[in-house]
Amino acid sequence: MIHTEKLTRHFVSKKETIEAVKGVDIDVAPGELVAFLGPNGAGKSTTLRMLTTLLPPTSGNAWVAGASITTESAVVRARIGYIGQGDGAGHSFRVMDELVMQGRFYGMNSSDALSRAKEMTKSLDLTSLEKRKVSTLSGGQRRRLDIALGLMNRPSLIFLDEPSTGMDPHNRANLWEHINRLRDQQETTIVLTTHYLEEADAYAERVLVIDHGEIIANDTATNLKATLAGDRIAITVDDTSAAAASAVIAGRGTELTTSNGSREVIIAGRFDQGTRTLPWLLRELDHAGVHVRAADVRVPTLDDVFLSLTGRSLREEEVAA
Amino acid sequence: MSTLVADTRNVFQREMSLVLRDPFSIIFSLVQPLVFLGLFGPLLAGSVDPAVINGASPLQWFLPGVIVMICLFGTSTTGSNLLFEISLGSYERVLAAPLHRSAILIGKALKELAPLIVQAALVTLVSIPFGFKLYPIHVLAGLLLLGVFGVGMGAFSNALAIASRKREWMFWAVQQSLLFPLLILSGMMLPLEAGPRWIQVLGAFNPLTYIVNAERALFSGTFNDPSIGWAVLAAVITCAAGLWVGVKQVARSTT
Repeated sequence: MIHTEKLTRHFVSKKETIEAVKGVDIDVAPGELVAFLGPNGAGKSTTLRMLTTLLPPTSGNAWVAGASITTESAVVRARIGYIGQGDGAGHSFRVMDELVMQGRFYGMNSSDALSRAKEMTKSLDLTSLEKRKVSTLSGGQRRRLDIALGLMNRPSLIFLDEPSTGMDPHNRANLWEHINRLRDQQETTIVLTTHYLEEADAYAERVLVIDHGEIIANDTATNLKATLAGDRIAITVDDTSAAAASAVIAGRGTELTTSNGSREVIIAGRFDQGTRTLPWLLRELDHAGVHVRAADVRVPTLDDVFLSLTGRSLREEEVAA
Repeated sequence: MSTLVADTRNVFQREMSLVLRDPFSIIFSLVQPLVFLGLFGPLLAGSVDPAVINGASPLQWFLPGVIVMICLFGTSTTGSNLLFEISLGSYERVLAAPLHRSAILIGKALKELAPLIVQAALVTLVSIPFGFKLYPIHVLAGLLLLGVFGVGMGAFSNALAIASRKREWMFWAVQQSLLFPLLILSGMMLPLEAGPRWIQVLGAFNPLTYIVNAERALFSGTFNDPSIGWAVLAAVITCAAGLWVGVKQVARSTT
């Protein structure tokens, strides 16, 4: 469904060239749900905008839904659906007018566009809002309208750029219900960008981790976590026995960190098979005379994967941003 | 070409739905030129030497100027709507649809021109009892000429909106800085012939001057005026240049 070859995009800002996307090669099979994961400015949206022909590549090419983005951009646009970060519907327009016009933009006649628009409002729980002005809708209702607009042309491939950004948990869950239904019932290929780790982890079949314009990992979330991160164990000990504890732990774990609490020290790190390692570690610490106050083993998250790949925490970068 | 026409029609219909769904905007857009004509017309009648306007009724001279002014104001501000759409995100959705890029620009410009037809018809009809002589075919030709010019102006306005999308104040600064010199140096409101020589020289470099002169000739019932040929050339060049610049800007608008 998607094949890219050295897809590259540079921007020039104040005489400085910024390499936003650096020779990305990806393939997406029909029916897949693939998520681009990365911090702000990593190149996720730029890649998506090139694939949707909104942005021409500086070099390289991509074939999307059977057409080249560089030489057949209109064909690509006719075959895909796109839901951007902003509100897709004009605020001054009425809900039904926007849906019908969207159908007309894709070559439907008036009656087909109206019939499809009715179908979409019913499917996305917008029937009672058909005559309302878009500006009067709530954020969640607008997002559902965006999805309806993106699906008007019955695309077999749909792109969603940060679909749940700014949504409350209820609306986010509702959005994902629609996305999953779309995929399950119509086998639509879905490509989305997100910086929500939990979403990529829970819903995407494949995660493409992107950083500084390069794909640095490309696998299922389960495999990424298993192969790149390992389990995380945190041991809390008295500050007087911190040195002895570190000596025991250092030989077994990686990426060790130490943080000081009130008369205690937390030593954490990555360990293979954490649930099996923890009992052994506790025994060793006991033999070394270390008084363990608390112990915790945690299955890795995609943030751990990102940390392992880049040395930076995606979550902390998002908070800082 | 058929795609361009169909896409233009669809963009135009979308834009027009805003006007048709909001009757107040229609009422005010119709009242505005009437107020202008009613207040400015009598002032002009008393202050302009009839010899300068070839002894014609002041309305015969002034009405085409008002209609060109409505066209200029409407099409030169159309970019502000685009700026609003860009800031919200709906413009990006339109760009992601398989629409001809020129159709987006032409459709938006035509939305500003459609009310112009109604406004022009209204002010023309209202002016008849006050001495304005109507030449329907000539007036239609004049509106067609304005339509071509207006599409170009609208495209320039949208191009300006895209160019200033990261600094919205820039749109209004540039638009206002250009609008009034264009307006004054075209002789739209006051005859350039009554002004100093340097004003007349500057006016000769203003494409709008030729449009205004041609509209006056057409509204006076003649096709045999050299200004009409120049105006057609000015309108076609404005239209072609506006669309060329506009399409270039549309291509750059998502960077």
